[in-house]
Amino acid sequence: MSNTAILDVDSLKVVFETDNGPVVAVDGLSFEIRSGECVAVVGESGSGKSVTAMSILGLGKYSGGRIAEGAIRFRRKDAKVVDLAAADEGVLRTIRGNEIAMVFQEPMTSLNPVFTVGEQIAEVIRLHQKADAAEAARQAVELLKRVRIPEPERRFTQYPHELSGGMRQRVVIAIALACSPRLLIADEPTTALDVTIQAQILELVRSLAAEGDMAVLFITHDMGVVAEMADRVVVMRHGKKVEEAATRELFAQPREAYTRQLLAAVPRLGSMQGASRPARFGEALTHDAPPTHRPLLEVKHLVTRFPVKKGVLQRHVANVHAVDDVSFAIGAGETLALVGESGCGKSTTGRSVLRLVEPKSGSVTLEGDELTRLSGDALRKKRRDMQIIFQDPYAALDPRLTAFEQVAEPLVIHGVEAGSALRDRVVGLIRRVGLSDEQLERYPHEFSGGQRQRLCIARALTLSPKLIVADEPVSALDVSIQAQVVNLMIELQQELGLSYLFISHDMAVVERVSHRVAVMHMGRIVEMGPRNAVFGDPRHPYTRTLLAAVPNPDPTASRRPLPPAGLLPSPIYPVGHDPAPPRYDEVGANHFVLAA
Amino acid sequence: MTDLAAPLPGLAPAPNTRNKARAGRRGQGTLAMLWRKAGWLMRLYIGLFVLILLVALFAPLLAPYDPNAQTLLARLRPPVGFDRAMPAHPLGTDQLGRDMLSRTLYGLQLTMLIALLGSLISMLLGTALGVIAGYVRGPLGALIMALVDIQIAVPFTLIALLVIAIFGNSLPVLITVIGVAGWEAYARVVRAQVLTVSRMPFVEATIAAGATHSRILFRHILPNIVSPIIVMWTMTFSALILLESSMSFLGLGVQPPTATLGSMVGLGRDYLASSPWIAVVPSLAIMFVSLLVLLIGDWLRDALDVKLK
Repeated sequence: MSNTAILDVDSLKVVFETDNGPVVAVDGLSFEIRSGECVAVVGESGSGKSVTAMSILGLGKYSGGRIAEGAIRFRRKDAKVVDLAAADEGVLRTIRGNEIAMVFQEPMTSLNPVFTVGEQIAEVIRLHQKADAAEAARQAVELLKRVRIPEPERRFTQYPHELSGGMRQRVVIAIALACSPRLLIADEPTTALDVTIQAQILELVRSLAAEGDMAVLFITHDMGVVAEMADRVVVMRHGKKVEEAATRELFAQPREAYTRQLLAAVPRLGSMQGASRPARFGEALTHDAPPTHRPLLEVKHLVTRFPVKKGVLQRHVANVHAVDDVSFAIGAGETLALVGESGCGKSTTGRSVLRLVEPKSGSVTLEGDELTRLSGDALRKKRRDMQIIFQDPYAALDPRLTAFEQVAEPLVIHGVEAGSALRDRVVGLIRRVGLSDEQLERYPHEFSGGQRQRLCIARALTLSPKLIVADEPVSALDVSIQAQVVNLMIELQQELGLSYLFISHDMAVVERVSHRVAVMHMGRIVEMGPRNAVFGDPRHPYTRTLLAAVPNPDPTASRRPLPPAGLLPSPIYPVGHDPAPPRYDEVGANHFVLAA
Repeated sequence: MTDLAAPLPGLAPAPNTRNKARAGRRGQGTLAMLWRKAGWLMRLYIGLFVLILLVALFAPLLAPYDPNAQTLLARLRPPVGFDRAMPAHPLGTDQLGRDMLSRTLYGLQLTMLIALLGSLISMLLGTALGVIAGYVRGPLGALIMALVDIQIAVPFTLIALLVIAIFGNSLPVLITVIGVAGWEAYARVVRAQVLTVSRMPFVEATIAAGATHSRILFRHILPNIVSPIIVMWTMTFSALILLESSMSFLGLGVQPPTATLGSMVGLGRDYLASSPWIAVVPSLAIMFVSLLVLLIGDWLRDALDVKLK
């Protein structure tokens, strides 16, 4: 252990005992963290990065992991070195929260819902610093200020559910900072947050680390976050360290093939500049004139509201204006990307188009046929032309049907094919999306996330639809799988002339796949236009904020200034409130911006 | 542009019989598949349960005596192995000199009939109403849930008394009353499950594919909520045996001298200190049956779960 290192992980091996024998989750991992340094451990799901974090705090055993070999040497505040792998629970308890603190991914579940935010921070302070209640409360407010929470005195008395996701994560960080730890372990702290909130939290962690001379171990799968945060990077795969290097060096000259592959798969904002049509990852960009599309889907003045009910009598007190007067059109063979942050109404828009939720008013026409007035059998028939792909491929497949049955289901429903014709078609589709015949009789849980998403795509294609609503189709996937699925979707569009309504929060992926982009905020489209126009010349302030917040996987790039953290306005209005219809200014060819 | 609807070139058409064979295998194969999956211990449990069903079915052939024949000279004899035991009555006799073995066999028959039919009624009724409440929702669903609340709030004995007072005390009435007693637990569990599952993306995908309500329900939602229903069934099965005995105790159940396991326990209460076997023998039988049902149900839940294959 070198003199400046505060943590030295030395050939760590963590084993999980399962019914099918031991599984090695971390295998011979070694790395060091020096004081004041930020080290990122990156890897895809199952690479053992979270298990490593848990093992450092001695928490691995609670999920069944056992440290089989190796040492985790930690230099304590009094300069004594302890081996956390061998330390007993009493010693670990004095270190956890006090000298090493942890921030988890999900800010909702890492706070206790029945205590106020202030009580939870104060509890940590009293526990570790033996301060009295008044002193602890004073320090807690101080901490809330430090993590830049507006109105800290009022927040102190609020419960976690009264705060937004970003605010909750700030509270979690405040708790972690309560005892000025020497090491902060952050396990995917921003993965569950919107991109603008993520940018604020990253900025916060960075400045706190600099202020407090605290080392940070950052666990993430996102290369953009790595580039913005880390001094040094440890790349992990299958429990082993693939490569370790200074961040700039790793991004400039990755030594290992896996690292190169990982970096190549990362969508980069701006990488599509000037290209006229979507391009697969690794494909040369085309710069010819943008193609024109025959109109397929037209949505006019679509409004969807959800009632808010209160009290014993379930009185209808307010409406959530999820989709508020939204109009757009998609041409045949075209991809319109609908981007925005959680709660902006983009998913509800997609579902309203498919009539999975009933729109309140407005018109949706597919090839001239009005969909909002259809019902019963007519609607069921028309559904053949429009299919949907969901974000979570785990929940999107019926756990009790085999792969074959899943893909065949739409055909069986419509009685299109039977017998060997059905089988041929399903087998053909399953092969087309890159799965093999042996997998036909398997159940969804036997597939990986990426394979499941391929199955979902195959199922969506069975009825030869004209339009596919893809609701965050790659957000739940690892980055290399993400690239493969995006490529598959682009290929299928070129082959079959499909149109996509591509709903996503990920600006970099959107830039890859879309012909045109519509940005949604608070139930309204605030900006819509050809991809190059929206990305190259964003006019609406919200579009600019979104673009500035995207983490850039280039450690040499200068950081764009962030807009100040504000509170999210809410789209809940009293019953009877009818907002004025939106007006749009045309600022370029087909480029519209919501007038202020 | 390739049309995926056309059979792909280079792909030999699969023989026609294949799909039929598949469907056939599936239909009759569930029981065989379950038996293959069972370990030796589980096969033993299943075997014992089948044995109990057979014994119950053929009780009249197996019982050495008429269960209601009184031999007052051989009253209160203990089972074989204790003092004063009579080899002719291996499980002893009760206070009226009736053979415990014969009574237990006949009691088993009636108890199994009541518990099986009763739990079947509650399962079907509760599941159907729970599915309606969870899938249709709206005023009808609210009404069903209000009925559930009423059933929980009003003492069941009162309802049972009322029904039996009106319709008289007969076995079909008793089975119906016992069956109706348990529906609300199913309805609540099933409704919650249906609510959860029907909001899963895979159900939405099926709606988006244009499926009818019956297909969504029977092909996608019900198979996914089978596990909790089975677990509920195994728990209500033993609870119904006990419910029958408490009803017999109140005089609402099967009328003496007809034996059920529950009424035998009730009658044995007065002799618990001096002749404990009168209550213990039927109690052991109840315990044995309930335990088997629980063990098999627990295993069945896992065995039917495709994720654990």
